[in-house]
Amino acid sequence: MLPPRHETAGGPARAFPSPGIKLAAVLVLVGFTALLPRQVNWCYLVPASLVLGAALWSRPSLRHLVGRLLAAEFFILGTGLLALFSPASRPLFLAVFLKSNLCAAAMALLTWTTPFHELLGVLRRLRLPGVMLSTLALMIRYLPLLAGEAHRMQRARASRTFRPRRRIVWASLAEIIGRLFLRSANRAERIYLAMCARGWR
Amino acid sequence: MHLPDGFLDGKTALLTSAASLAGVGMAVHRLKKTLPPRQTPMLGLSAAFIFAAQMVNFPVVAGTSGHLVGGVLAAVLLGPAAAVVVLACVLVVQCLMFNDGGLLALGANVFNMALVNGAAGYLLFMVLRRLVPLRGDRAVVFAAVMAAWAGTVAAAFACGVEMACSGTVAWGVAIPAMVNIHLLIGIGEGALTGLVVAAVLRSRRELVAAVRGGGEGQRRGLVRAGLPMAFGLALFGAPFACPWPDGLEAVARRLGFEHRALLPSFPSPLADYHLPWIGSVGLATATAGAVGTLTAFLGAWWLAARLVPPTAAGKDDAPAAP
Repeated sequence: MLPPRHETAGGPARAFPSPGIKLAAVLVLVGFTALLPRQVNWCYLVPASLVLGAALWSRPSLRHLVGRLLAAEFFILGTGLLALFSPASRPLFLAVFLKSNLCAAAMALLTWTTPFHELLGVLRRLRLPGVMLSTLALMIRYLPLLAGEAHRMQRARASRTFRPRRRIVWASLAEIIGRLFLRSANRAERIYLAMCARGWR
Repeated sequence: MHLPDGFLDGKTALLTSAASLAGVGMAVHRLKKTLPPRQTPMLGLSAAFIFAAQMVNFPVVAGTSGHLVGGVLAAVLLGPAAAVVVLACVLVVQCLMFNDGGLLALGANVFNMALVNGAAGYLLFMVLRRLVPLRGDRAVVFAAVMAAWAGTVAAAFACGVEMACSGTVAWGVAIPAMVNIHLLIGIGEGALTGLVVAAVLRSRRELVAAVRGGGEGQRRGLVRAGLPMAFGLALFGAPFACPWPDGLEAVARRLGFEHRALLPSFPSPLADYHLPWIGSVGLATATAGAVGTLTAFLGAWWLAARLVPPTAAGKDDAPAAP
């Protein structure tokens, strides 16, 4: 699950200049939706029409939107399964189902139109502490790299263990994660030297 | 365990956000004073590492799979303050880049996974490590396994409490369901945490913050870590203040004192994990918890004895390598 490639993503809404306003709008929308009464009524049309309008404006790829909604659906429907056991909570669950899907769709549109580094800029202007900003920035820089390494190590393991027995599966999973940590520690040391060489601090 | 939006009401979202802000703020404050500049990039890389490690699935039972939360793993490898910051950053990226977990629920997710799982799990790790009659690295691995297991269950419990307190899912359903599933998933988390900690201890011992730290810093850290624990206790007490249902009733139900008659013909949502001859859901959850604790304890002991060679077991926290 990789973020959308923002050279192509976003549609007309991509040209909208301020990520801060987009984030604030989504926050207001999500807050309004989450605080709606827990009975499905006409109020639900307000966020629904707003989300629909935003979707028509930013024209997300169906794959992005459906993928993000499906990912959220695991938790929503898993909890909904519990609602089935008490008949009284079924209308309540319908309301929760609508709410969480509307919020998830709004968030999916936000990520479709706004690359993370722009949101990081908003967080910087909001005076997020420096240590968190640098952690976030380094994280999104090296995340694809480490995720790729984890994926490659898993594939290598899968192609070498002919028939994975349970014990071997666990040992090799731990080996992969441990190795990943060592690699990220080594890389962090090299990054520190590189930062110093470029006059950091 | 990432709560989406729509499951929490205003007061729960506000309360958990305030607790998370306080906890993360405290961790940042501590890091500003103690973090050597050399470690700055390590935080970012560790955040990416935790994120990537969360993408590795492990088999649970009957074809289902779970994945790491990684709170205790991060805390043992990096120290509690760094772990809280790293986990909070992971959750922010998961929310704002991958839509995993809601925007309004971000505070609750940070509370559950960074403070309850990470910081409170680390506190348990420190306590267990002192108490257990094992030596050196064996104690570290044992405590890591147990704390990771208990931290996962505690985070699931907090998640259930938040949903129930919001009135989304009934108390008698939310907590047994969340806790019972995670009693099982937590075993995977514990085993993997222990295996990874043992592997790192074997190859790059100096990278593990839990065995590197000086005595002075650790003792103070233990005191500081007490605050997130207090938040956890506040959360446990929250049902007393919660209007739905009656507070005492909720606690009674959770502790399993409530008679079956008060839960008329409640079909157990997870029949497999419930012992059929025990009527009350609360009692069944308590029993499952006790059995789970025993299993985790024995498993942790076995793993510690097996993973750490006897030579390393005798090595009591030697001063850090120069």
